[in-house]
Amino acid sequence: MAAKRSSQKLRPIITEHWDDPNLFTLAGYQKVGGYKALKAALKKTPDQVIELVKASGLRGRGGAGFPTGMKWGFVPKKGDKPRYLVVNADESEPGACKDVPLMLADPHLLVEGVIITSYAIEAKEAFIYIRGEVPEAVRRVSWAVKEAREAGLIGRNVAGSDYSLEVTVHAGAGAYICGEETALLDSLEGFRGQPRLKPPFPAVAGLYAAPTVINNVETIANVPFIVTNGAEWFRGYGTEKSPGFKLWAVSGHVERPGIYEAPFGITMRELLDYAGGVRYGRDVKFWIPGGSSVPMLTAEHLDIPLTYEDLAAAGTMLGTGTPMVFDTTTSVVKAVTRWLEFYKHESCGKCTPCREGTYWVVDILQRFEQGDGKKTELKLLDDLSNQIEGRSFCALGDAAATPFPAAMKYFADEFDLATKTPVDKTFDPAATMLKSPVAV
Amino acid sequence: MTPPANSVSLPNDIDKELTTIADRYTHRRSAILPMLHLVQSYQGWVSPEGIEACARVLGISPAEVSGVSTFYTMYRRRPCGKHLIGVCTTSLCGMLGGDAVLQDLREYLSVDENGDSPDGMFTVEHIECQAACSQAPVVTIDWEFFQYMTPWRMHEVVADLRDGKEVKPDRGSTVRGFREVEKVLAGMELTEPTQPAVDDAMLAGLMVAKGKAKS
Ligand SMILES: Cc1cc2nc3c(=O)[nH]c(=O)nc-3n(C[C@H](O)[C@H](O)[C@H](O)COP(=O)(O)O)c2cc1C
Ligand code: SF4
Repeated sequence: MAAKRSSQKLRPIITEHWDDPNLFTLAGYQKVGGYKALKAALKKTPDQVIELVKASGLRGRGGAGFPTGMKWGFVPKKGDKPRYLVVNADESEPGACKDVPLMLADPHLLVEGVIITSYAIEAKEAFIYIRGEVPEAVRRVSWAVKEAREAGLIGRNVAGSDYSLEVTVHAGAGAYICGEETALLDSLEGFRGQPRLKPPFPAVAGLYAAPTVINNVETIANVPFIVTNGAEWFRGYGTEKSPGFKLWAVSGHVERPGIYEAPFGITMRELLDYAGGVRYGRDVKFWIPGGSSVPMLTAEHLDIPLTYEDLAAAGTMLGTGTPMVFDTTTSVVKAVTRWLEFYKHESCGKCTPCREGTYWVVDILQRFEQGDGKKTELKLLDDLSNQIEGRSFCALGDAAATPFPAAMKYFADEFDLATKTPVDKTFDPAATMLKSPVAV
Repeated sequence: MTPPANSVSLPNDIDKELTTIADRYTHRRSAILPMLHLVQSYQGWVSPEGIEACARVLGISPAEVSGVSTFYTMYRRRPCGKHLIGVCTTSLCGMLGGDAVLQDLREYLSVDENGDSPDGMFTVEHIECQAACSQAPVVTIDWEFFQYMTPWRMHEVVADLRDGKEVKPDRGSTVRGFREVEKVLAGMELTEPTQPAVDDAMLAGLMVAKGKAKS
């Protein structure tokens, strides 16, 4: 199939004004229509806002794709417990690089989404939990919250209405697992960030055991657009099951890595084309649609529409929707080893299959990297992956069990070769690099 | 545990400052992460003294605070150099050049087994994914962001920091020091951003859509 040369599939909606040098300020944001959606939302009842988001079909952008309106609808509105909104801005999934850019470029869009969402679920307090390693995002979002408060958009009587809301920006301290929603809650309560048993789900017993909605940054950023333009408009993009548009953050061996916003249903081949293709005109070896936690695909799969349903049918997942592309210079054995080292490092230690399993998988994979793997150990790696998957306490374990079997499906011969030859001999590390290690 | 020789003490009124953080939260224990960041902003690590101060202010045991502190990788168990240099070596960054940058930097700065340079200026470590994969290989200095890093660019940056020159990260403000940035994470320093923090990767799609892509 011929790649499209025009940019007709790209639709900058969230990113439309990112090149505006004043967008990060309150005045700059208002100039492009910012906070109008909030005023429109406040004219509706909270339940009407929930119905609107339900009708739009918006799905969570944090990885699981859960319908957002439905999640909001689970929050019981009767009872004397407070309700909370917690924004998951812990972005740490290898490959994901969209939430941090959004907070840097357009912090008020997040803040406006937070206020509308809090209003819809009738929360009086919202927390934005930002990973600690990005102080610049903490600075910008904190400042945006301050500006919004001074403008009467946060605090008592939001924009002159009867509704009041407090927003707290909270910095984490380095732990991928705190992106898992229940671990995030424990962390925000001041404990080690370890996942909780579900049920009860956060909608019923979340932060401080009170009803809580947890949403991803990009999810929340969609809300003002839906309020302004309506559910039908939103459904005009994407597919029935994957409505709307997405910040496709493309990384790896492409000419112009970065964020390409387009409706669901665009293909990787089209994204690659917009990104200038694989660098030096090389070929794709493998790519991962949505973070290291979802199974890899190969050059054969470049024409699959990027939707939840089509990627599931291809045996993978949309995940965070942030494709990583690796060209033919890449050692898949090395890539998998590194991902497993990541999961081992980030395992919270709560359950045995993940804590011990990742340890052993890394131990074996590192020997393969050195060309010292044994053929029988391939079976062992497979067994270990099977025992981690489905037996771990949270989805991090399942994620850790993903890269190896997925790689074996397409590149078994490379693991075979790594029983004899160190991977750095087969694949020159200098060739994989962005720039040659020797100064020119 | 006796504090290492290069550790400084906490200010006398540390409890007061820690209390202002705790007071921001209805459930005071929620303040523990920002409080530990504040401790690091004074000491460059989480010392036993700092743990006790947090425990005192929150009315929980030092063992509880220590249990939390040791869970998170940003809390350091030894004093950090003036600047903390983190090189991302998770799959993509590592293979796109992070491995080479880290190896070279360790040699260039003659760091010891703890990652410290002999002059106490730098602590070097490998870090995990920074959620900036489109800008790989990524390096952070005092958690400020540097993209598409190479060994030779790293040498220039390090030399500038040594010479006390102003070093601007690729998005955001200025590299100031590990302790200074910890104050931001503690929520104790609110500064007005004056410039956009947008780079080419963030605008890549927008520029193509506008027909302005660089080739
Ligand atoms: C190990 C792990 C890490 C996660 N990290 C993140 C993250 O950094 N950001 C995020 O929004 N969701 C993350 N998630 C998904 C969250 O648990 C949750 O599904 C999401 O925040 C819900 O928001 P959404 O419905 O808006 O997508 C992670 C899940 C797991 C298992
Ligand atoms: S699967 Fe891993 S991260 Fe999740 S609870 Fe178990 S040990 Fe912790």
